[in-house]
Amino acid sequence: MFAVEAKELRKVYGKEKTVAVDAVSFSVKEGELFGLIGPDGAGKTSIFRMLTTLLLPDGGAASVAGLDIVKDYKEIRKRLGYMPGKFSLYADLTVEENLNFFATVFGTTIEENYHLIKDIYVQLAPFKNRRAGKLSGGMKQKLALCCALIHKPEVLFLDEPTTGVDPVSRKEFWEMLKRLKAQGISILVSTPYMDEAALCDKIALIQGGKILSIDTPNAIVEDFPNKLFALKGDSMYLLLQAANTSNFVEHAYAFGEYAHVILKDNISSEDLLLDYLSQEGFGALEMKQIVPSIEDCFIRLLR
Amino acid sequence: MKEQVIIADKLSKRFGQFMATNQISFSVSAGEIFGFLGANGAGKTTAMRMLCGLSIPSEGSASVAGFDVYTQTEEIKKNIGYMSQRFSLYEDLTVLENIRFFGGIYGLSDLQIKEKSDALIQQLGLEKEAKKLVSALPLGWRQKLSFSVAILHDPKIVFLDEPTGGVDPLTRRQFWDMIYAAANRGVTIFVTTHYMDEAEYCDRISIMVDGKIDAMGTPAELKKQFDAQNMDEVFYQLARGAKRKE
Repeated sequence: MFAVEAKELRKVYGKEKTVAVDAVSFSVKEGELFGLIGPDGAGKTSIFRMLTTLLLPDGGAASVAGLDIVKDYKEIRKRLGYMPGKFSLYADLTVEENLNFFATVFGTTIEENYHLIKDIYVQLAPFKNRRAGKLSGGMKQKLALCCALIHKPEVLFLDEPTTGVDPVSRKEFWEMLKRLKAQGISILVSTPYMDEAALCDKIALIQGGKILSIDTPNAIVEDFPNKLFALKGDSMYLLLQAANTSNFVEHAYAFGEYAHVILKDNISSEDLLLDYLSQEGFGALEMKQIVPSIEDCFIRLLR
Repeated sequence: MKEQVIIADKLSKRFGQFMATNQISFSVSAGEIFGFLGANGAGKTTAMRMLCGLSIPSEGSASVAGFDVYTQTEEIKKNIGYMSQRFSLYEDLTVLENIRFFGGIYGLSDLQIKEKSDALIQQLGLEKEAKKLVSALPLGWRQKLSFSVAILHDPKIVFLDEPTGGVDPLTRRQFWDMIYAAANRGVTIFVTTHYMDEAEYCDRISIMVDGKIDAMGTPAELKKQFDAQNMDEVFYQLARGAKRKE
């Protein structure tokens, strides 16, 4: 059985019939950490809201924990945990009251499933009497995760849990996810950060309501059809422009301290580009072949 | 030496017992792209609000575009541009209405607004969308328009607060092309970001930890100083020691 299975899922909004989700199909195995990777407006939240039974699809079908998202919505709600992108706890209840509330609504107690949230909750414990609305962003995020976990869900839905979070806190959050996965919880997580894709078992790259590619991060990288080079030299901005207007380059784009370069099919060697660039007056040139990242794959698929 | 358009000297902001920004000192030259990094809660927003004339410092001094952050906050506001991911444009106004609105706020004449809007619409290729509501534009276009509007009045400095959050990788790069083009025209760029690859695109970077600037330099200098492969590692080394978490 799949933890989540979506078949040709579709969502259309408004009079203008804007297609937010366009025939999206994917499946998440039990115990898998599956990532929906894409920018804002890609349709990630609409997919989450349909799968968590908060929004009816306009086409296609989906199941969560083997249950139909339309027919079995009441049963599904007991079995899934959902952390929306927007903070949705009760701002006027304290940390402890929020957690208690969610436990009670699901017919359980904090004690019963404390083992699931222990790692996270110990960091919140000093503030347990503070009202949720008065918590910092990072703390709100941890409380929301605890509330989504307190009824021991089979499948956890996390919609952009790390958006706007600094790199250090993002790393910590992913450590938490790994520990939850080790406890057998299936997780569907969405993120606009491409570097987080590598931390998932399987990913779907999504843009404009459509899935561009779906596989393990390694397989997506291995599918990259071109040789990819990292190029560096003096005055990177001008170097990038020169590379892109030369006859040898299919596409060059900034990537941290390097420019990433895909050569045209008929170009036999990177030396041709290097010679050209040094003739154009660029110094300190350095070029090496590299393994693409998920971000490189995404950029290629967008073009 | 190039003109220094931002000078901060021991700039501090105290809220009760809490030193949100603790004696930060730095300067930024005209046309420089200055990356202002730090973990959530490190004090970046407070510092930025002081530099934009929105919050009066508790101690220290600073000038922005030649104006004092204590006494000349109105002049500062007229001479800077500001854009953030959270707030940038009015979604219920059309593209043209937004341009007109911000042009008016910045005191441009009707004629200037007309000329600027025409040029901007053409430059961004938004001819067909000019009369559409901003809410109907894809996020990437909105961010580009938003940046263009922030520099509509030719400010000396533009403050960008996480301008590329949530944007797809291709649009993110197009956005940086616009930043480079503005910097080449002499506009000073003061930018915050959580993308460490973007830190590499800055001329210089400062990294704030617990209210203080713990490191400052070019990306190459910082990587050397911290013996790190990339900016991600530099950031991690500095910020993991932070006591303050947002």
